[in-house]
Amino acid sequence: MTHTLLPVLIMMLIAVVVGVVMLALAWFVGGHARTASKQEPYESGVPSLDENRKRVNVRFYQIAMLFILFDIEAAFLYPWAVIYREASTGAQGMFLFGEMLVFIVLLAVGYVYVWKKKAFDF
Amino acid sequence: MHGIDWVDVGLSVLKIAIVLGAMLNVTPIMVWVERRGSALIQDRPGPNRVGPFGLFQSFADAFKFILKEDMLPAKANKILYTIAPMFGLIPALTTIAVVPWGRPFTLPGGRLFEPIIANVNIGILLIFALASMGVYGIVMAGWASANKYSLFGGIRASAQMISYELSLTLAAVSVLLAAGSLSLTDVVWRQTGSFVLFNVIKLPAWNIFSPAMWMAFIVFFVSGFAETNRMPFDFAEADAELVAGYHTEYSSMKFALFFMSEYMAMATMSALVTTLFLGGWDIPWYTEPATWVGFALSVLSFVTKVSIILFIFVWVRWTIPRLKYDLLMKLGWKVFLPMAVVNIVIVALFIARGWL
Repeated sequence: MTHTLLPVLIMMLIAVVVGVVMLALAWFVGGHARTASKQEPYESGVPSLDENRKRVNVRFYQIAMLFILFDIEAAFLYPWAVIYREASTGAQGMFLFGEMLVFIVLLAVGYVYVWKKKAFDF
Repeated sequence: MHGIDWVDVGLSVLKIAIVLGAMLNVTPIMVWVERRGSALIQDRPGPNRVGPFGLFQSFADAFKFILKEDMLPAKANKILYTIAPMFGLIPALTTIAVVPWGRPFTLPGGRLFEPIIANVNIGILLIFALASMGVYGIVMAGWASANKYSLFGGIRASAQMISYELSLTLAAVSVLLAAGSLSLTDVVWRQTGSFVLFNVIKLPAWNIFSPAMWMAFIVFFVSGFAETNRMPFDFAEADAELVAGYHTEYSSMKFALFFMSEYMAMATMSALVTTLFLGGWDIPWYTEPATWVGFALSVLSFVTKVSIILFIFVWVRWTIPRLKYDLLMKLGWKVFLPMAVVNIVIVALFIARGWL
């Protein structure tokens, strides 16, 4: 239903308006006295010698990849979790539980593999 | 053509106004609590000059922020640098819209008043969808500033936040299993009433007291600290290592917006912990009447619980030192992730056996 989600959108718009108003206020009220040295990147007072957008360790990329893998697992768990209580009556309950256990065990195999490959030793 | 229900619109506006007012005032109040609390813990007076007990200090600071110069580093990416501070505000303010903050009651006209801005049936999904947006503000700020400290702060924060978001999402699955619904209203209704533990102790039916769910609570609560970049895990700023992390180059109101969104995110996280694990607006060992009295009492109960959690945030910040970065990541991936998954299995087993 669009009606129930509309207030969420309104809250989002309000957040944007609050942000814009505050930034605009500070921009117009606050002083402006720009100098070249003030606009330099801050490096604890030492003049910066090289470029400032350094390369970052590839391990951060690896974390992002692992995150996507396990987040998809979570996305698969959500629909199961929503219907689980209603659907698990009597013998059906243990069946649904077993099915999910198979899924989680399969994932655990991958998890152990990643662990053994030292992907978590940062 | 359907006519617009103006009473309904009016009530919605009222609810938005109440929540917005509370959320915008949580920052000055929490800054005051933080500063006075840290002073209390470190045995010094803290701010005590502006107003009674220094209560107006935060407001004085806010005015000062407006008067300060809005800096724009020469090498920064101007557009991203400017819009980054707003990206923190959006998730913090929007997430609170799906959290119920009181018991519904019937208005004199026979209309049901539900104290929740948007009673959506996908509450938990929406929360995590929006919570992941919080990463963008920090990464954008870190990269756009063209400063080494900022870049490292932003990169660290993104790795940390996505790692802990995983534990957060998986810990919430346990609650979801017990409630059988994605709606936070259902999650709270599920936790009203009480149960008797071992036929001896009568406990409120909150998820935290459930023998199957205390582990998920620990995972969710600690991950909440990491998700809001609070003290044992504040690697985005880490003032001893990175000057001020991702907001090194920010001044004036732009800096204040980061500050505000940090405290708002804290308030939202406290509201979530309260709703998912501490029974939301439920009052222990008491059944609220479905009138405005019950509504008022339940709102009071909700605010009390959120305040206690917020105080714990402050308390932890000033008592526990920062971890090492690799330990933080190991904690997330090697301890909390398996804990959350094991807890899902436990809760599922409890439900299948009919114990929960």
